[in-house]
Amino acid sequence: MTEIPANNPVGDFLRANLPAPWAAIGNGLIAVAALAGLVTVTAIFLIWLERKVCAHFQARLGPTRVGPFGLLQPIADAIKLLMKENVKPRGVDALAYFLAPLLPITGSFLVLAVIPFGPTLQVVDLQAGVVYVVAVSGLGILGILIGGWGSNNKYSLLGSMRSGAQLFSYELSMVLCMLLIVMGSGTASLREIVLSQQGPFWHWWIIKMPLAGVAAFVLFMVSSTAELNRGPLDLSEAESELTGGFHTEYTGISFSMFFLAEFVNMFASAGLGATLFLGGFLPVQLGYAPVDHALAMLPGVCWFFAKTYSLIFLYMWFRWTFPRLRIDHLLSLEWKFLLPASMANMLLGATLVAFRWIIP
Amino acid sequence: MTEYIIIGVFALVGLLFAGAAMVFSRIVAPRFPDTGKKLDAYESGEDAIGTARIQFKLGYYLFALVFLVFDVEAIFLFPALANLGPAADGEAGQISPLFVWGEIVVFVAVLGFALYYAWRKKVLEWD
Repeated sequence: MTEIPANNPVGDFLRANLPAPWAAIGNGLIAVAALAGLVTVTAIFLIWLERKVCAHFQARLGPTRVGPFGLLQPIADAIKLLMKENVKPRGVDALAYFLAPLLPITGSFLVLAVIPFGPTLQVVDLQAGVVYVVAVSGLGILGILIGGWGSNNKYSLLGSMRSGAQLFSYELSMVLCMLLIVMGSGTASLREIVLSQQGPFWHWWIIKMPLAGVAAFVLFMVSSTAELNRGPLDLSEAESELTGGFHTEYTGISFSMFFLAEFVNMFASAGLGATLFLGGFLPVQLGYAPVDHALAMLPGVCWFFAKTYSLIFLYMWFRWTFPRLRIDHLLSLEWKFLLPASMANMLLGATLVAFRWIIP
Repeated sequence: MTEYIIIGVFALVGLLFAGAAMVFSRIVAPRFPDTGKKLDAYESGEDAIGTARIQFKLGYYLFALVFLVFDVEAIFLFPALANLGPAADGEAGQISPLFVWGEIVVFVAVLGFALYYAWRKKVLEWD
């Protein structure tokens, strides 16, 4: 195991020249500025990608024609949303109605804060990283519930209740799958989890823990699709039953904040999957020295983004190919299949770890 | 501590980021006067009947109760899980890996029974 430095020059410079709390605040501001840029660009790129992917999957013509390669489509979308009036319908609870769109995006910012984008590119490395991620991602649920209640609209209310039930249900199996990796690596810090996967690709947790790793990865992907409110598990905004679900009354920028949070969360969740199961920022190593040296030349960020975008493509693939589930089927899927399965998987993983039957 | 200062900065700036976008839109977006039904709650084009602040059967609350049990469980399980690997490597002092493993198995088994009980009691059914 080689030591990989955790500090980058910018952070060191501030720490050397400012007293402790101010250096932390300064570093935080720089990091948040960088992430705000990343969030904006990622969201715009993902919207473009989503529309391209769906255009190709379902033969939709529009998104391939606006500008070269349809590249102007997200710009057109963004301008349209910004320039729309932000309507406040009669009878809404103004505080709840305008607070709600702020929460999910804040939650996704907070999740991005602990994701290791590269060996020296992690905003903070919390000891309880995995638990922290679970805790702050709850802000998204809160935003949806508050928004649905504050809208004073029956569709919104039903949609948000449904959404709340769906989100917290699927959180269970997702948490159990994440805890499986905590168990394997013996730490909850996301950086340490990545570092525990050094070596050729069969040292990634998806393979390293025989069977349990793959099972956990599949369970994680399914339950995070539901957590992200994405099709085929996007029951909260099922147009055919509930109009817009919890965001029926939202227009313009308030609506696009929910929308933005959805895309940023997709990025964060795919990044989490890549970090936990696919070795995060570590390069792909095939166990054959000459090739490995060449592969290790690419910086960690590139590998992180390559793995993350592969998972994002998977999410989009799910969305545009599977039909939507019914709400009772959705809850049955979680409580009668995913949850027992992830508990059994947890026991299998515990057995493998206790007797060290994992790939050395 | 330093880490949590940064987290605090993140929470604030996250709120500001979204808040600023909403204020900006407020400035640039046009506003049109209400000429009739514009501000009504949307009910598929019909006139809205009453408010949405009504009592209705919330079939989801039982799921919420069961969820609480399992979510707390995840946190209780966490220390044992984090220590299983070190125990198996002999890095956790006197604690034997079998003991930690046994704890996890018993804990998950009790929860499994709780789920089975809820299942039999038809908490997970839809009516």
